[in-house]
Amino acid sequence: MGRFWSLLFLMVPILGVGLFVLAIAGTELPGLSLRDHWLPENINDGGYIIDDLFNFIMYLTGAIFIATGIALFWFLWKYDAAKNPNPVKFVHGSHTFEVVWSLLPAATLLFIAIFQMDAWANHKMRRPILGPGPDGIEHTADDELKPAMVEVTGRQFEWRIRYAGADGKFDTPDDLHTVNDLHVPVDEDIVIAIKSQDVLHSFFLPNLRLKQDVVPGMKQFVWFHANRTGTFDIVCAELCGWGHYKMRGQISVESRENFDAWFQDEFKEQGRTQLEPSEDEE
Amino acid sequence: MSSTTADSHGQTIDQDHSDRLSISAFIGTYVFSRDHKIIGLQFLFSTLLWFLVGGLLALGIRLQLAWPWEGMPIIGKMLFSAEGGQISPEFYTTLFTMHATVMIFFVIIPILAGAFGNYLIPLMIGADDMAFPTLNMLSYWFMWPAFIFIGMSFFEAPYGAGGGWTSYPTLSVVPEAAPGSESAQTLWLLGVTCVGISSMMGSVNYLTTIIQMRAPGMTMFRLPLTIWSMFITAVLQAFALPVLTAAGVMQLTDRIIGTGFFVPEGLIVNNSAPATGGGQPLLWQHLFWFYSHPAVYIMILPAMGMVSDIIACFSRKPIFGYKPMVYSLCGIAGFGFIVWGHHMFVSGMNPYLGMTFMVSTMMIALPSAVKTFNWLGTIWGGKIQFTTPMLFSLSFVSMFVIGGLSGIFMAATPVDIFIHDTYFIVAHFHYVLFAGTAMAVFGAIYFWFPKMFGRMMNEWWGKVHFFFTFLFLNGTFYPMHILGAVGFPRRLADPYHYETFSHLQPMNQFMTLCAIGMVAVQVIFAANFILSIFMGRPVGRNPWGANGLEWSAPSPPGHGNFDFQPIVYRGPYDYGSPEVDADFYPQIQPPPEGAQVAEEANS
Ligand SMILES: [Cu+2]
Ligand SMILES: [Cu+2]
Repeated sequence: MGRFWSLLFLMVPILGVGLFVLAIAGTELPGLSLRDHWLPENINDGGYIIDDLFNFIMYLTGAIFIATGIALFWFLWKYDAAKNPNPVKFVHGSHTFEVVWSLLPAATLLFIAIFQMDAWANHKMRRPILGPGPDGIEHTADDELKPAMVEVTGRQFEWRIRYAGADGKFDTPDDLHTVNDLHVPVDEDIVIAIKSQDVLHSFFLPNLRLKQDVVPGMKQFVWFHANRTGTFDIVCAELCGWGHYKMRGQISVESRENFDAWFQDEFKEQGRTQLEPSEDEE
Repeated sequence: MSSTTADSHGQTIDQDHSDRLSISAFIGTYVFSRDHKIIGLQFLFSTLLWFLVGGLLALGIRLQLAWPWEGMPIIGKMLFSAEGGQISPEFYTTLFTMHATVMIFFVIIPILAGAFGNYLIPLMIGADDMAFPTLNMLSYWFMWPAFIFIGMSFFEAPYGAGGGWTSYPTLSVVPEAAPGSESAQTLWLLGVTCVGISSMMGSVNYLTTIIQMRAPGMTMFRLPLTIWSMFITAVLQAFALPVLTAAGVMQLTDRIIGTGFFVPEGLIVNNSAPATGGGQPLLWQHLFWFYSHPAVYIMILPAMGMVSDIIACFSRKPIFGYKPMVYSLCGIAGFGFIVWGHHMFVSGMNPYLGMTFMVSTMMIALPSAVKTFNWLGTIWGGKIQFTTPMLFSLSFVSMFVIGGLSGIFMAATPVDIFIHDTYFIVAHFHYVLFAGTAMAVFGAIYFWFPKMFGRMMNEWWGKVHFFFTFLFLNGTFYPMHILGAVGFPRRLADPYHYETFSHLQPMNQFMTLCAIGMVAVQVIFAANFILSIFMGRPVGRNPWGANGLEWSAPSPPGHGNFDFQPIVYRGPYDYGSPEVDADFYPQIQPPPEGAQVAEEANS
């Protein structure tokens, strides 16, 4: 039976890698469709690095997965008590091996850690700027940061959206309000302010590789640079109550002209409904 | 019962008297016992029953994900006749909250520390019992208020606690935020606090016992790795648990007397404004994960220790790199306290802090890697016996590699932005906790069962149980990586109305079928376990030919454990030593004349 069990453990790397390969290839087999069973399309300029890192870590860990899986199989196969006539190797360890297999992973892990810091900084620390500020040097503390064009507020169970309008300021008469319907122009740096009115939510745009929990009592900024038009999901990714699953929004990335046209239409529409007796804001 | 005790206690006692005597004797021996073995078995039976409950809750989640809103067959009609047998979205949140709560607080932590820690520590170090037997008894009986509170929380009206096992404020603190955040959340907090008290009592006891009560000759570096891992686990519990307990009390006072630690100003929840304010929701996450990250090691280190002992025994070869194994346990414990922020990369925590936590988190993968290589080194060059406990332990190694490697994806902060709170993390911790720890626990049960009951479990059925569990667990959990890569979020009652995830239902149905299979084959285990207690093949002290001290005690050991004074001559891993003819060399066996000199010169 030792043979059978060895082969069972060999199946782990074979089937494990196999499923990933089939999924990445988007395989269409009889009774099994794995189309679109992988990272969804990325449309954010800053998102490619996330996919690259994902793939890099996948190849690296994949190699270790295969190597350890095969080593486990091979030792089980070769040293099966029923087949192995040799006496056991009475060894308590090996200093050399311990040093090698401590230092190698340590170096690799440290490399990954340092290698990705730049991407992290771009996503969460380096908000797009309008100018370098008084000292004339970019990426210093006095940079003139790009203001948010739109503010998204999570509440059970919808996304309340508010545009600053032409004056670039919130709480002015030219603000535009929508619910679950976010529009942004393509090929521009977009900064969004995100907030929560009640509980934690998470503002997750899978196609823009963007996720940030929104925290009641905190105002945060997220940014991206979309490079293709289309309509994509806004997902709530942090448990926010019984209706968490249905807290779905939409982001439409449009050309600048289409965006402006949409904005004008919506603003006129808003003016009309504001004159009528207000339907309950809820 | 009364008549048998009357006989054994002699005829002079009159019937009434003996009746009272026998009842109190029974209660003293089996209910409020101070014997570490009985307490260990009490933990084992309780946790196995809760394992069943947790598994059934998981099936509820899986049914909803495979066929949303179609309702549970048969039991659905009984449970939710009002909803036509459907799982309501409110109940779905209760389901995954309770699944995690039960599995973490009532199964994994108490089965490792409570059941195996209790049963094995005195036996493996050559002590007659724990240092504080009464405290030990209390640590079990404090689980019962926890069982009752969580049970009440589940059935509380209008809905059971539904804030997730992480219970993040403000959802969990403001009663208007969710139906499960009414009284059910208070009961949940009380339950978890009782588990904390129980674990605290246990850990103090384990530390004292291991430090103070080792048999003559049992130096720290002759301890089996099981004991080392229990020791490190107890350290983690002793230092991390007070923080969780404090946080739990803070959440309780927020809820009950309106302290407002975690609730900021100016909220409007469900159209009403909470009276309190001035707090910070992220504070809870820091406090919670300061405990709960060490807790994930509390949930795996003892499994690593037991697997090390089992693998060495059935490779008939010394453990490879005993001291590196010990140091990596210590390393995990040390690093374990400075990585909690990796749960909060996208929580709104300062991103500079995220970078620091990313580096420490990357480094904590290192000791785990060292352990894995040492397990492989142990198997290399051995004479492997494919017994049931060995198969489960090998699968621990094989599966832990998957769970460990997938952790690196999430430690990488930019990647975590995308996969945080998706099924990728669900895959990761199920590979560590189910495919890792639970499989190791099965292996440990098969391994130490003959010591506990003096009888073997059936090997053939044990292997059948292993084979199908191994198959189905991979069928259930492996595809979760794929779902995670698509961004499929966790904790959604119906993810398919999102455009991005609408096509993923067939894969979820496949996983659900595997999950049903996985729960179903546990019937084999349950039958094997229960029948073997009464009908298993009787065995002597050392059926596996193992070295540990516990194998020199009678099976099952009587009160006081050893019928002789154990004296320890060597570590527990001298399998295949050229010094003796047998392929094992028990710790209590004195070295042959002449060899003794060499031994002493060596050490
Ligand atoms: Cu939500
Ligand atoms: Cu952690």
